[in-house]
Amino acid sequence: MRLLLDLLAQGLQMTLVLAAAPLLVGWTRKLRARLLRRRGPDLVQPYRDLVRLLRKEPVIAHSASPYFRVAPYLVFASTWIAAALVPTYATGLMFHWATDLIAIVAFLGFARFALGLAGMDVGTAFGGIGSSREVMIASLAEPAMLLVVFTLALLAGSTQLSAIAEFLVREPVGLRVSLGLALVALLMVAIAENARIPVDNPTTHLELTMVHEAMVLEYSGRHLALIEAASALKLTAYFSLVACLFFPFGMVTSTSSPLLYPLGILAWMAKIAVLGAVLAVFETAVAKLRVFRVPEFLGGAFVLGFLGTLLLFVSRAL
Amino acid sequence: MSDLGPPAPELPLAEFLAAYPVVPEHRPWARHLLDRAGWEALARWLASGTVELFALWGEPTAVHAALFEPATEVLAVASLPCPEGRFPALGRLHPPAIRLERTIRDLFGLEPEGLEDRRGWLDHGRWLVRRPLAADPVPHDGTPDPYPFLPVEGEGIHEIPVGPIHAGIIEPGHFRFNAQGETVVRLEARLGWVHKGIEKRLEGSHWREAARVLGRVSGDATVAYQWAFARAVEAVSEVEPPERAVWLRALLSELERIAMHLHDIGFVCNDAAFALIHAHTGILREQLLQLCGELFGHRLMMDTILPGGIAVDLDQRGAGRLRDLTRSLASRFERLVRIYEDTPSLQDRTVTTGILAPALARRFAAGGYVGRASGRDFDCRRDLAYPPYDQLRPTIPVRREGDVNARVWIRIEEIRTSLALIARILDALPRGPLTVPVPERAGEGVGMAESFRGEVFVWLRLDGEGRILRCHPRDPSWFQWPLLEAAIENNIVADFPLCNKSFDCSYSGVDL
Repeated sequence: MRLLLDLLAQGLQMTLVLAAAPLLVGWTRKLRARLLRRRGPDLVQPYRDLVRLLRKEPVIAHSASPYFRVAPYLVFASTWIAAALVPTYATGLMFHWATDLIAIVAFLGFARFALGLAGMDVGTAFGGIGSSREVMIASLAEPAMLLVVFTLALLAGSTQLSAIAEFLVREPVGLRVSLGLALVALLMVAIAENARIPVDNPTTHLELTMVHEAMVLEYSGRHLALIEAASALKLTAYFSLVACLFFPFGMVTSTSSPLLYPLGILAWMAKIAVLGAVLAVFETAVAKLRVFRVPEFLGGAFVLGFLGTLLLFVSRAL
Repeated sequence: MSDLGPPAPELPLAEFLAAYPVVPEHRPWARHLLDRAGWEALARWLASGTVELFALWGEPTAVHAALFEPATEVLAVASLPCPEGRFPALGRLHPPAIRLERTIRDLFGLEPEGLEDRRGWLDHGRWLVRRPLAADPVPHDGTPDPYPFLPVEGEGIHEIPVGPIHAGIIEPGHFRFNAQGETVVRLEARLGWVHKGIEKRLEGSHWREAARVLGRVSGDATVAYQWAFARAVEAVSEVEPPERAVWLRALLSELERIAMHLHDIGFVCNDAAFALIHAHTGILREQLLQLCGELFGHRLMMDTILPGGIAVDLDQRGAGRLRDLTRSLASRFERLVRIYEDTPSLQDRTVTTGILAPALARRFAAGGYVGRASGRDFDCRRDLAYPPYDQLRPTIPVRREGDVNARVWIRIEEIRTSLALIARILDALPRGPLTVPVPERAGEGVGMAESFRGEVFVWLRLDGEGRILRCHPRDPSWFQWPLLEAAIENNIVADFPLCNKSFDCSYSGVDL
């Protein structure tokens, strides 16, 4: 019975992130449109888009190798795993032993590698440009991300997300400089990794400025649907990560009753909705960076992450 | 430099041309018939930079060049009859002429001697006829010609072909980038994808019908095209349009300028992923166009200007509504300008991006914001003032930086100027008739009008019954497209859309 409940709770989390991810995208799009005085598409438009794409026949370039067809599944699967591992409404779920921060970074990294390879597969100029830019951004974002992980690991004594979250909920950690620095660094990494303004523009139609969109330019039909769903999942994963690490209140811990789960889910949804709103406001207020300024932006994230780690060495109280 | 021949004549253009016979019935300026030696001297003269090339066009057995000497403000047309089907290329010494001469070869089969570029420009080989405007067109099977792009050598250079079909909804153009990493080494554009055969279409049609066609050469500058065409016909017939008509023409022209500049500013910002300004300029432009649609029967004000006058009128109520709208637009626009100035991330994208050197702008006689952002202080409305601008005397903004930011600022300043002009026009709008009859006369005429993009030039020849024998509309973009290729060099590939939008050249106006 206990096992069944645990499985259910874990399964709920997996379906929850998958179900909520397009809604998060719809929510940020809607808000952004409203900020620009536009009416904007429906909140559920991303679901409709996914259904539409799933129904369509994919068109595949003549020069594509079999890998081109496989890549979307790899990308979707590994992103989904990463998103499902990040604790959303509860800590200490069945697979909590697997929720290692470094493992999550690795899953997301694998998805990006798979997509980058697919971008180059067809051999068009844009796919190559997109892949090279994406890898350039990733190679700068990942070290910054790892430093954020180290800051948290030093504080909580573990790289396991579930353990960190539980530590942060239970212990009176209070306001810490190192945590603040890590939060800003993580947000910057999240913007870069999710191809948002100012690093990339998810809504552009200009081939030459695209990063993520250029890589997936050749995809269509169900392949594109999987990639779009993976992008939405990735955004959800990063938001959940920020929510679980820095705003862990409202999460159901392993010792409390499963009856609190609905409350936990509501709290999680409220948290990522707020983060989505912040993203929309931020994206409206800044222009995109020149491509060669992106290293400076991510360099900033790296330095902040590094400072966070360093401060913890200087004093455990910072 | 021995192959350049003797140096350019050191005398004013008028004196040089005085040695050559004048063609009768060409108005408002003289047209001179040059010989080969004179034409070759012209090439050296253009290369020396004291005389600017305004237009270069062909006929089955002649080529014509419109010339402007800024120092003396002399305008003239020089012609070279070429019965053997060849003429010495101006483009050999004066690069701005190259694409125009390639076009003349495509359309008339006249051979520009000494022009190294053997490729077609408008003719991609897909037409079922060669030299369609010549006296003896040759059938063709429509097999596309090969088009080798200019070679680029060096380590790690890779080619990026873009277009003619783009991911966004824009006009078709092919851009071939040679890039080293993210840096553009060379850009070469290939246009001609929307060739519509306008010059052929105009042959034999009455000017009343032709006015409608001219208004559609480049839809975003329809008022300027209509006005330039009307002035050319009026020059042939030697009629002065009534005062109220020219003031209304100026009103429409300034409205068009504001609408297009708003559009461009918005899109430049949008290409930097700063959608806020784009959204708001979109609202302002839309309100303006809707009112134009209500007052003048067409949002873009097509088919409003006719030779001899104007087809629309403005009553007191309409004037009041225009005044209210422009007033509220002015204050809202200033708020957007402040946002533009106060957003460092946006400034970071536009400042020092896509710099066009003033020397190049001068050499190509680039009109509009492209020239004026790079120090070329020329505006048809002031320098070749036509009524009512001879009374309005607009101030013309000029900058020297030549970057995207400067081109945006020229537009901002011009919107301010145009708003002020509209207020003055509405206050001083004279009463009186809207049209005068235009007598049918045979002859040749030139008309110019300043569009938002630069000066539109129209040359035509009429028979005695109002039919067009030959008409050549020259879009300002002819001399701006090549400069875009120069401005993007050493910039990064990802900044091309931004530079392109800041130039906003017309595809349709050049492809004809």
